[in-house]
Amino acid sequence: MTFTKLLLAAPFLLSPGLLMAQGAGVAPEQLLKPLKDSWPTYNGDYSGKRYSALTQVDRSTVKNLTLAWMIKVTPGDQPEEGGRRRGHQEVPLSIGGEGPSDLHMRGGSIKASVLQVDGTLYFTTPDNAWAVDARDGRQLWHYFWKTKGGTHIGNRGLGMWNDYLYMETPDDYLVSLEAKTGKERWHKKIAELDEGYFSTPAPIIVGNHVLVGTGNDIDAPGFLQSFDPETGDLQWKHYTVPMEKGDPGLDTWASLDAARHGGGPTWVPGAYDPETKLYIFSTGNPTPAYTTGTRGEGDNLFTCSLIALNVDTGKMAWYFQTSPHDMHDYDSAQTPVLVDAMFNGKMRKLLVTATRNGYYFTLDRVTGEHLVTAKYGMYTNWADGLNQFGGPKRNPEKDATVGGSLVSPTSGGTVNWEPPAFSPQTGLLYVAEHNSYSMFYLTDVDPRGSMGLGGKEEDHIGSSGSFLTAIDYKTGKIAWRHRYYGEGGGGGGVLATAGGLVFAGDASGNLIAHDAATGKPVWHTRIGEVTNPPQTYMLDGHQYVIAATGDMLWSFMLY
Amino acid sequence: MRLKNGFAAVALFGLSIIVANRAPAQETPQAAKPAAQTPSPQSAPAAPDAREASGAPGHRVGGFVPGQKRPPGDPAQIARGKTLFGVNCRSCHGADLRGGDMGGPNLLRSQVALRDLNGELIVPIIQGSRQQMGMPAIPISPDDAKAVAAYVRSVIETIGSQGKPPDEGRPAPSILVGNASEGKSYFEVKCASCHSATGDLQGIASKIPDPKMLQTAWVAGGERRGRGEDDPKDSARIPKATITLASGESVEGSLVRIDDFLVTVELVDGTQRTFRRNGDVPKVVIQDPMKTHTDMLSQYTDKDIHDVTAYLVTLK
Repeated sequence: MTFTKLLLAAPFLLSPGLLMAQGAGVAPEQLLKPLKDSWPTYNGDYSGKRYSALTQVDRSTVKNLTLAWMIKVTPGDQPEEGGRRRGHQEVPLSIGGEGPSDLHMRGGSIKASVLQVDGTLYFTTPDNAWAVDARDGRQLWHYFWKTKGGTHIGNRGLGMWNDYLYMETPDDYLVSLEAKTGKERWHKKIAELDEGYFSTPAPIIVGNHVLVGTGNDIDAPGFLQSFDPETGDLQWKHYTVPMEKGDPGLDTWASLDAARHGGGPTWVPGAYDPETKLYIFSTGNPTPAYTTGTRGEGDNLFTCSLIALNVDTGKMAWYFQTSPHDMHDYDSAQTPVLVDAMFNGKMRKLLVTATRNGYYFTLDRVTGEHLVTAKYGMYTNWADGLNQFGGPKRNPEKDATVGGSLVSPTSGGTVNWEPPAFSPQTGLLYVAEHNSYSMFYLTDVDPRGSMGLGGKEEDHIGSSGSFLTAIDYKTGKIAWRHRYYGEGGGGGGVLATAGGLVFAGDASGNLIAHDAATGKPVWHTRIGEVTNPPQTYMLDGHQYVIAATGDMLWSFMLY
Repeated sequence: MRLKNGFAAVALFGLSIIVANRAPAQETPQAAKPAAQTPSPQSAPAAPDAREASGAPGHRVGGFVPGQKRPPGDPAQIARGKTLFGVNCRSCHGADLRGGDMGGPNLLRSQVALRDLNGELIVPIIQGSRQQMGMPAIPISPDDAKAVAAYVRSVIETIGSQGKPPDEGRPAPSILVGNASEGKSYFEVKCASCHSATGDLQGIASKIPDPKMLQTAWVAGGERRGRGEDDPKDSARIPKATITLASGESVEGSLVRIDDFLVTVELVDGTQRTFRRNGDVPKVVIQDPMKTHTDMLSQYTDKDIHDVTAYLVTLK
């Protein structure tokens, strides 16, 4: 055989092997470490800071960041396109699910945070999970779930416990996969699809708990559940609204029946404080969303709130309501960020959050004590001062009205689900700030109130500016705003690094590295609208930065 | 579906997936506007086009639980159940099932009713299993109780997306709550430097006869329309950009796009030029004819808006 022939034959001489993810997975204690080389849980680590200790890519080297690889994924039950190329193996496809086979999802963006463990990336779109090689994007397996239905709006990604993965589905199952092969271990029903529940969050693993949130838009109670990672058995279930006589918060509702239909879904993963064993997460809007009706005039606890639960018992330690008696669908479904930092001359264990309603908060995360409230949305106008607890005081005149009410932000919020980032180097929280206006019209004047998200019409008026905004945790004051031309930006979330950088997508299809101290762009690449939070990891001595645009995942690195 | 706001949506068994979640898409579980739903109140299986898109003829595709498949109810049984409901249930639960004056709860958001498949959850309650909670036993036969359950389920089928009530499409009250003469005074002070009732706004209430659309249009500074729908009148609303290069050359045009790194203008001859931006070089000065409208958003009171609308609807 000539050398040329040998080369031509080479693809067939490669050992076929089995396409498989590498490594032993994530031991629960590894999740206690600060974010660095790997990315083993939704926020990288439990703190929610999305702050990477990696420094290879910094303000001076970032200009050399270059494309390492890009892949496009195809949701559904067909083999991946790339699988049929000569010399390539077909990507193993596993199919699960209890639905019929004719409800295929033929689109969907990657909104997930990607796990990076042992050189393998794991990520999702609704009903789909993939493992790919973190070095070149080569697909290792694809899992597809046959859905029974439900709202397919997004999936935030996977949780990992040793070499098992966990995914939630829009039709309300928790699915556990073998990380190496993508084969299903089991699936458990976590909520009733018929009752309007649909599930988008990434499960968070704490010790031997798989913490699982679920969403709903009709008038149903929200809850957080904890499952056994090995068996999938339910460990505890915590409702976010009063469900029985005597439950705390019941006096903030007109009746028990109203509370039991009061909403407060658990849309996004929370943060965890190992020292206090508190899992801290946020809740969505009360229902009916836009009409007081049966809700009464009270605060409607514990909707639009931060809730701290003991992770072993599911019992509530404290709460803080960021949107009392919400009337604009301002879910407080944002990622809380846990920060240890100086406050008024003392080292404090803090929680910082910038919420959808345009307000920023600093709390003590051990007690829930309120420390700072500041309005960060430039034109936020739905509230009038603060209530006795430090939450914004709703101005009822800015509820949806028959004649129309001009309100900023829109129901989409100053920020939405997109996770922010916090840099201990700068002491700044980085968050998208969208200052848009809508007219809110009350269309259903039935004194019983409406249902779900009904009863109003929202007409979008326009934007008064979109920014990437840096907020000082000590005061809530804005350190800098970087204008994103157009309407939007920060779409998928934010990443901060010890290299003095903040990564985010703008409103024009650029992934930008900003100087964390000033907001000045120091690197960018035009890859399209970023749909998930940018992330970073270290492999073979090289730092990678990844971000998704729709069905494509992009990886940049320093050579 | 709000394509006009940059949503690009794909119809999929009656729900839409935001594939290019441009702002203000600010995706929210609540903000997704299902595409092919908005079923007419009486039609349980939603829009035929959506059904075809799902490749699953006969399946319920839109509405409250997208994609969910349930066998269609028996029309005769549902009709009998409706009659029985009127006789036995309506006074407490309301004609629309959303709760009545006598305290019966809203059945359309009842977890039990939502989950019921064939009367197995509803019938025992009709028969008296919840008397301690105030629900009396209703003296009807098991078959009739099943018929009531079938009727309740048939109404549940008409719940809109995001839990909206079935009657969401009924006419909303008039938005005209303002004072026209005060609106005229406001207009003369604040708007008349650019607009006139006998000039650009002559007949505006005939051009936009729906008061709500008219109000939204003037507050936004023009009618909202779909992306890519050209309107020659729009050119007056497009910002102008003047770009001064390091060489001293100056280029003027209509702003096509701008971000931190590029700026594109359309020249008088219809061609476009794009310039790379590096901080303040080249110098870009934008004149936005809509700036006053944008600036006014934080100045209006809702009363101002209602009054001006009440005035504008008189300009027929």
